[in-house]
Amino acid sequence: MILWDKVAELAGNHTLQTVAMGSAALGIVSGVLGAFAVLRKQSLLGDAMSHAALPGIALIFLLTGSKAPLMLVLGAALSGWLGILLIMLIVNTTRIKSDSALGIIMSVFFGTGLVLLTFIQKRPDASQAGLDRFLFGQAAALLRSDVVTIAALGGVALAMVSILWKEFKLLSFDRDFGATLGYPMAFLDVLLTSFVVLAVVLGLQTVGVVLMSALIVAPAAAARQWTDRLGTMVLLSGLIGAVSGTTGAVISSAADRLPTGPMVVLMASLIVAVSLLMAPRRGLVWAWLRHRANNQRLCLETVLEDLCELAQQHTDPGHGHSEKMLKAISPGAGDIGRSLRELEERGWVKQTSPGHWAITEAGLREIPEIQTRYFGRDREATA
Amino acid sequence: MLSPETEIQIIASVTAVACALPGVYLVLRRMALISDAITHSILFGIVVAYFFTKELNSPWLIVAAAATGVLTAALSEALSNTRLVYRDAAIGLVFPVLFSIAIILISRFAGNVHIDTDSVILGELALAPFDRFMVHGNDLGPISLWVMGCILAVNAAALVVFHKELKLATFDAGLATALGFSPILLHYGLMTLVSVTAVGAFEAVGSILVVALMIVPPATAYLLTDRLSRMILWSAGISVAGAIGGFWLAWKLDASIAGCIAAVQGLLFAAAHLCAPNRGLLAMLMRRQRQALEFAQKMLAIHLLNHENKPEAEIENSVAHLDQHLRWKRDFVKRVVARSERQGLVIEADGRLTLTESGRQLAQESLVA
Amino acid sequence: MATQPALQVEDLTVAYLDKPVLWDVDLTIPPGALAAIVGPNGAGKTTLLKSVLGLLKPAAGQVLINGRPYDEQRRVVGYVPQRGSVDWDFPTTVLDVVLMGRYGRLGWFRRPGRTDRQIAMEMLGKVGMEKFARRQISQLSGGQQQRVFLARALAQEAEVYFMDEPFQGVDATTERAIIEIMKQLRAEGKTVVAVHHDLQTVPEYFDFVALLNVRMVAAGPVSEVFTHANLRAAYGGRMPFLSELAPESTGVIPQ
Repeated sequence: MILWDKVAELAGNHTLQTVAMGSAALGIVSGVLGAFAVLRKQSLLGDAMSHAALPGIALIFLLTGSKAPLMLVLGAALSGWLGILLIMLIVNTTRIKSDSALGIIMSVFFGTGLVLLTFIQKRPDASQAGLDRFLFGQAAALLRSDVVTIAALGGVALAMVSILWKEFKLLSFDRDFGATLGYPMAFLDVLLTSFVVLAVVLGLQTVGVVLMSALIVAPAAAARQWTDRLGTMVLLSGLIGAVSGTTGAVISSAADRLPTGPMVVLMASLIVAVSLLMAPRRGLVWAWLRHRANNQRLCLETVLEDLCELAQQHTDPGHGHSEKMLKAISPGAGDIGRSLRELEERGWVKQTSPGHWAITEAGLREIPEIQTRYFGRDREATA
Repeated sequence: MLSPETEIQIIASVTAVACALPGVYLVLRRMALISDAITHSILFGIVVAYFFTKELNSPWLIVAAAATGVLTAALSEALSNTRLVYRDAAIGLVFPVLFSIAIILISRFAGNVHIDTDSVILGELALAPFDRFMVHGNDLGPISLWVMGCILAVNAAALVVFHKELKLATFDAGLATALGFSPILLHYGLMTLVSVTAVGAFEAVGSILVVALMIVPPATAYLLTDRLSRMILWSAGISVAGAIGGFWLAWKLDASIAGCIAAVQGLLFAAAHLCAPNRGLLAMLMRRQRQALEFAQKMLAIHLLNHENKPEAEIENSVAHLDQHLRWKRDFVKRVVARSERQGLVIEADGRLTLTESGRQLAQESLVA
Repeated sequence: MATQPALQVEDLTVAYLDKPVLWDVDLTIPPGALAAIVGPNGAGKTTLLKSVLGLLKPAAGQVLINGRPYDEQRRVVGYVPQRGSVDWDFPTTVLDVVLMGRYGRLGWFRRPGRTDRQIAMEMLGKVGMEKFARRQISQLSGGQQQRVFLARALAQEAEVYFMDEPFQGVDATTERAIIEIMKQLRAEGKTVVAVHHDLQTVPEYFDFVALLNVRMVAAGPVSEVFTHANLRAAYGGRMPFLSELAPESTGVIPQ
């Protein structure tokens, strides 16, 4: 098996181990915190934050000349945080809505970051490659020290989430109720949002500015489809984040010219697509099948009821009625011919002459049940 | 023959206005972030069209890109209509997929595609004047000026022709439907304008700056005026000021023009947010200080009115107890009472306050309003 | 010392930005009352409730519960917010929501334990929802959602309950169940204050009423306060069905 040889070879590769571990750690952190962001309808905050982080990164580098991951994360977090505060200020003091406020902050901060980057590029110790890395991420360039930074800071954030689990749940579900209980909801809000900023900032090197937000949204959106429990959703979201982060990063660093950010996003989006379609109960495929089965039953019952009514009006109950007439009575009942054949199989209608149909005794026995079912449903709907 | 610097400023200004026009409606309709989604995902259309036409200047690229933009809006809408994900999450799920595929295609086939991923994001306005529009050997100016000029004309025409419909659909979608204008049609019409504008603009200024140009000037204008038509004019003016200011800043700093334009747009917004005549922070602060006293006087008058001729008036309406009842600081009570006395709203006797006729009138008017 | 009023609102003025929503409101509700706050739309009913609960900062005035400021009395206060104020698609179960009622007593960091679960189940039983404990909240009808919120407030084991439009959009069975529980609470000596919009049911459901329209128009026992004159003062001309409620001559609406 050539494939397995390849996998074994990759597994022994030191760089690849680093990449896999870093991406997994990142995926867990962003998946867990993303779950809260999505539930609090702050999905696009990640997008704004990743863009708003750029000037901070550039400024720290300009001021200190350091490329140490901790320093860059610090700069990114500070400017992301400033961005959040400004967004809140704009929303709270003007009539500008949050979507525009996000758009303003992310584009203006990013533009400012670009200006600072042009200064960096003029310095002898900077290379053009660094820019690309921040825009689209470069998992292959992850170092052990990066992984340690991600794991340590992410670990702190996750530990806080588990310690403050009950409080964050309250914040996400019913903020006002929490405030009446005496919890400082504004503080908890800022704290949780700051952790989201941290998750975004940690991922910038790996996934890149442009696509980091997807790693916040996608795992959470996928996880939501499989469960109705917050705890399960958060764990699942972390897991999905880890899986998409690792597979995406490993594929990207194993192949040439395959940027990490887009690869990770594709992996996560694939999981989202499968979840949206196939998740039990919520999945679109099941919903569609249920809908179709319902429709089919409805068509059958309509035709049967029509035939029953015709039989009652006619002097001879066994008299056959043409398909055309049935079509005219209930034009919305789908393929009448198919319904009739299906009903015939069940023995509820019979063909009296080609194209002419009548209801049978067995069919008539079904009618009361159908009618009570509809009556019952009507009553439920009005209650 | 204009100098390249002048030409860059003209291109930047035309681009800025072309973006600001549809941007006004994005801001008002709370769809600002769809511009972010569209500017990213149009790359997918460009790349796919390129693979078919093998030509970077083919008009099909623009058509495909604009179609992708509209597709992004439609997909986000469809996704949020399943009610499986929230609306904002739907936007955040769709555009990264299209953008990722585009970036991977470009990277994998970098040898064949002359699309530079950096310039997609960042744009390079400085190079715009060097791509000339030549007809029979005659130089008719930079191509991007022609492209953006046409888009500007289309946007302006669309906004003028559909002004009434857009206005109605934006402020009262229900009424618009009842009157027979389809808000959905207008929505996708607007999405088409945004997409076409983004396609034309991002080559010059990059996708993020397109967001800045579409959102920041209209948001700034929104702080300055209440009327839609004025808001459109203000947006256009602000966007031109930002474009030219940004260019000069970039010139002085020798830095990215696109970045500087975004930064200057941001500064203009900050200035408006701080100093706008009615809605600015300073104006609000000053008004609040001035009104704090007036408001307190009204409160005092109403308080006295509520308790006059009642048994508790003895305590409630005594100066000494006001601070306890209204939870005001003692100093503040003194100031409010003194000012009210001066204006003849109340009379103090034996430490008890009674309303004068004009004081009673003030209280009653405040309650009605 | 005489018993303290369950709720005492003194000279409360609340403003949104520069616009006043409540002007110098006074309200005293005795313990054991079943009180309705009624008034036209925009009268500030919900604002009053939110200010009492410390969710809005008043421009002037104060609120006392059992004679003490709210901050010291959180333990004795239960709150039922408007049903529409939360996202019912949130991934959580009925039992989980009811357990949130215990969070105030638990304090920081501590998770609900077995006793809390028992109490939550007991309260679910009281509202007739114990079978739904494991149900996801999005699968509930409007009436069931309201019962869950009520159970959550009951789990707070409070003395004074504040409810914002508890009958809004619920079915008749739920309405009866809720009023039963309110009356039971009163029988236990607890106080219930509810924002209410249906004037017709005020005399039947409540024994105390506060008529609010930006200022307090009148407050007191229903038999004394729920009069034509007061209702007209609170609602102005916006009450076309006033005549259906009470014969003009008596002035007092018969209970």
